[in-house]
Amino acid sequence: MSDRIFGAVGLFLALGYAWAALIIEESFLSDAVGPKAFPLIIAAVLGLASLAIFLKPDAAPEWPSLPRLLEVALAVLAMILYAILLPEAGFILATAVAASYLTWRLGSAPIGSVLIGCLTSVGIYAVFHLVLGLSLAKGPFGF
Amino acid sequence: MDTLSSLADGFVIALTWQNLLLALLGCFLGTIMGALPGLGPSNGVAILIPLAFTLGLGATPSLILLTSVYYGAMYGGRISSILLNIPGDEPAMMTCLDGYPMAQQGRAGEALSLSGVASFVGAFIATWGLILLAPQLVKIALLFGPAEYFALFTLAFATLGGVASTNQAKTAFAAALGIGLATVGVDTQTGVPRFTFGEVHLYDGIDFLVAIVGLFALSEVFLFLEHRHGNAEANASKVSVGRLMPSFALLKYCTPTMLRTSLLGFVAGVLPGAGASLGSFVSYTFEKKLVDKEGTFGKGDPRGVAAPEAGNNAAAGGALVPMLALGVPGSGTTAVLLAVLLALNITPGPLLFTQQPDVVWGLIAALFIANFMLLAMNIPMIGLFTRVLLVPPRILMPIVAMVSFVGIYGISGSSFDLLVMVGFGVLGWVLRKLDVPLVPIILGTLLGNAMENNLRRAITISNGDWAVLVGSPLSIGLWSLAIIGFVLPIIFGRVLKARMRHMKKDEESSTID
Repeated sequence: MSDRIFGAVGLFLALGYAWAALIIEESFLSDAVGPKAFPLIIAAVLGLASLAIFLKPDAAPEWPSLPRLLEVALAVLAMILYAILLPEAGFILATAVAASYLTWRLGSAPIGSVLIGCLTSVGIYAVFHLVLGLSLAKGPFGF
Repeated sequence: MDTLSSLADGFVIALTWQNLLLALLGCFLGTIMGALPGLGPSNGVAILIPLAFTLGLGATPSLILLTSVYYGAMYGGRISSILLNIPGDEPAMMTCLDGYPMAQQGRAGEALSLSGVASFVGAFIATWGLILLAPQLVKIALLFGPAEYFALFTLAFATLGGVASTNQAKTAFAAALGIGLATVGVDTQTGVPRFTFGEVHLYDGIDFLVAIVGLFALSEVFLFLEHRHGNAEANASKVSVGRLMPSFALLKYCTPTMLRTSLLGFVAGVLPGAGASLGSFVSYTFEKKLVDKEGTFGKGDPRGVAAPEAGNNAAAGGALVPMLALGVPGSGTTAVLLAVLLALNITPGPLLFTQQPDVVWGLIAALFIANFMLLAMNIPMIGLFTRVLLVPPRILMPIVAMVSFVGIYGISGSSFDLLVMVGFGVLGWVLRKLDVPLVPIILGTLLGNAMENNLRRAITISNGDWAVLVGSPLSIGLWSLAIIGFVLPIIFGRVLKARMRHMKKDEESSTID
């Protein structure tokens, strides 16, 4: 069943891609092939492959149960928040929080995970910023 | 003679303090990454690419660092295979078969050091093979025009799934997806924006480094979260390592095996789409057929440890041949190494050897140096690496995630790229669940533009005649190879993969009872 859905999504993706290729505005100066032809070939390959997956699906993979799926979704959310807040909060603070969260969800004890998170953050800061001189996000406190 | 003097020049470049230090660092990090289950060579190299950039290293030093990681990871994969019966990466799967039984008999130390020597022999012979074969391949590649290159790229994609691929439709899907991603951005020939939907960030395309780190490293973190095996492994200390040095007699006993399988592995590595996993598999089965008269393979035969290790390291070296000479990688990790080259503004391929010989020969010399370092590191310091296996993934995986973010942020300094990376992480996780290979996606984003440019160049030269694509014997040959390479796995793939799994299963049941 998973592969049927996957194939259908792939087909829509191929159609959407082909449509987006067709509406590319061509410039008046163009080579013999133009900017549309190659994407259309790729859209055809994408569509055919999706069709094959749809018609001849493999056995479905073992999808995680709902709580585990939620777990992954929350981790994604945490990473998105991290990406957005990194420039505001500064490297050390943002990384400590994100690393604590991840190690906690992977099974560390709550207090231990805060400690591990802070150590991870400070460790990366020391190695990458202080030793290697990489510029990391500066927050309101300058680190 | 020409080759030898070029090689000597290469050693002059590689033997600076900075480069030696980078090689040492690369070997060390690579071995650790290879040893940790879940972090394979492609992951290891992918995570470290941004590091090499943000350090502001030049082309040759970056390549030295990253190929050392590549070779190191190939060495490291065996450690967890032998001690834990969990392959550290896919090519090391076959090493479990005889390595783990040896460890159970209290000969873990011997197995580790013997496989270290075997890895060395394999990589050493393969590096010589690279020196001898790559310049010959370059001579052929110089005959290629745009139409032939287009056919060659198609060949690379068609065979990438490998002989052991189970579902070619999924490989084709992945390749098309990757190439499609590469077409996002301003068209290089006419300057029209394509697939950008008015988003300015997308005008210069999707950075393939962002895609690689997201697809490989972050999706791994999600997989661990899903199963929450944050506390798995960590019983490496239970196995006693035993004596560390292999006896001279044992080495001599295994020498013919190592030499044979090195050659075999090298050939498997050079062939497109085969890669290191197949190299070790072919080596093991070949040796088993040839020398296993008493039926000791699978029960802790030292030759069964030496064969796959020599094979997979030789294949790792062999896979560098098409990558350097043609610009078309033959395996996942070499695809990631290609990303390094492209990001450094180096176009691999026949011209690389004539225009930037210092890069090529410096790299090859560095491979030799890295190889000796790895041998020296892997025998006396093996205890240290086995300790690393004790770091639980619950601590390790957040570090991997954070280092990925640091690397990408260090290159671009933009939140947008980080968000794209998270998106790729999720995509990678879903695709992995669906058994879609990730390597064709990477290769697609890397080669998509070159492929399109060659197509358009070929057709522009012929004044719009598409028949030029099959206009020379060389391109017809490449097209037929591509078709054969794509169709063959549909017939044989299931059988081969089933046999690989079957051997592993047999082994597991025999160690349990």
